[in-house]
Amino acid sequence: MGLAKRIIPCLDVDNGRVVKGVQFVDIRDAGDPVEVAKRYNEQGADEITFLDITASSDDRATTVHMVEAIASQVFIPLTVGGGIRTCEDIRRMLNAGADKVGINTAAVFNPEFVREAAQRFGSQCIVVAIDAKKVSAEGEADKWEIFTHGGRKPTGLDAVEWAKKMVEYGAGEILLTSMDRDGTKNGFDLGVTRAISEAVHVPVIASGGVGNLDHLVDGVTEGKADAVLAASIFHFGEYSIQQAKERMSDAGIEMRL
Amino acid sequence: MNEIKKSVVAVIDYGMGNLHSVAKALEFVADENTQVVVTSDPAVIDAADRVLLPGVGAIRDCIGEMHNTGLVPSIRKAMAEKPFLAICVGIQSLMSHSEENGGVDCLDHFKGNALFFGEKHTDHDGSKLKVPHMGWNQVKQSINHPLWEGIPDNARFYFVHSFYVVPENKNEVAGTCDYGLEFCVALSRDNVFAVQFHPEKSHKDGLQLYKNFIHWDGKPSSANKD
Repeated sequence: MGLAKRIIPCLDVDNGRVVKGVQFVDIRDAGDPVEVAKRYNEQGADEITFLDITASSDDRATTVHMVEAIASQVFIPLTVGGGIRTCEDIRRMLNAGADKVGINTAAVFNPEFVREAAQRFGSQCIVVAIDAKKVSAEGEADKWEIFTHGGRKPTGLDAVEWAKKMVEYGAGEILLTSMDRDGTKNGFDLGVTRAISEAVHVPVIASGGVGNLDHLVDGVTEGKADAVLAASIFHFGEYSIQQAKERMSDAGIEMRL
Repeated sequence: MNEIKKSVVAVIDYGMGNLHSVAKALEFVADENTQVVVTSDPAVIDAADRVLLPGVGAIRDCIGEMHNTGLVPSIRKAMAEKPFLAICVGIQSLMSHSEENGGVDCLDHFKGNALFFGEKHTDHDGSKLKVPHMGWNQVKQSINHPLWEGIPDNARFYFVHSFYVVPENKNEVAGTCDYGLEFCVALSRDNVFAVQFHPEKSHKDGLQLYKNFIHWDGKPSSANKD
């Protein structure tokens, strides 16, 4: 008995289609976001994350419509991220039916935005996304830094300290992506996941690098994550959400089956 | 041509934002004789057949907005006479008092308080628990109730909250949950039912609860249930 760990499939959406992910040069089409969300809902996903990776802001209206369509048919929590820079962006997404919004780059450039957003909309809907990369050399004490622009630009910010600061500012949840692992299928960076999860009192979602179901198990048991996020292993039918849950449950993790 | 009068479910909009999910979930389970209306109009609430009180955000803003919008009399009137369902911060707003925001007096429909889990919340074995309590947890049904109809005992519902209610009258507890401590997540008295979780985010069991609410006559227990 108790709170279940969550599995969150992530839809990276570009120009109205689910794509394999930002890290891949060879972007594969994985379908219509509404249909994909419905499929994951039926398979027992605990939440859905919709990440708008469309470069042009002209297409935001499309995103709003898709979020509306998903929220009218899928009755599990929905997080929308990508391009959230102002309280007006947040209001628009919440009104469209999102339950939470993910703030990433905007938080790095303007941490006060997180505070303002949490005060106005409540911490429960503010997810701060952190893209971290290991910067310590072999043999040194572990150290991770925040990177922006898809992992290309260092910020000099220590990832663990940054996570603590974001929680102080009102983040209700941390979505942690390892930029070293994203797209590699080698598993989560368990070190940074654990370091951040143990440093903050809010839930941490591990992301980046899932290649098989054991990686999901490791994220919870060794990384101490409260939720695990994955995209490509689910999109192309390698594994179903149900299979992932059964594997995690067999490993002794409390799951909603 | 005579139109059949539809049964109206009023979702109270007192300015606390996102009611989309609640309204959509109700519409999803409503039959053709049911109309879902999101409203801040006291007259519409007074005329509705059943009323749902949502709640998000902080309690001070919630209670403040209920007063600012002048909706408190309609909320009390509805609680006195028709099927009424409060969700999430809605359940906390029905208590006497909440310790959130330095202490806020609430509507006092249920005697008791809303308390903070605390940032150092721990599980029974002393291990650290995250706050907010966020995710899917099991709800133990303390009583038979028409709103639990068709929902298995210990079914999982979706929660996001840092405060929990402690009613003085334990007979009003309709459901509990365990998160470091066993606490009340559903309250029931006469025609009023209140839950801490989000039925509109709780997949099929949440939708079932809304469906039950749409068909509920406001009587606390069904005669046929054992």
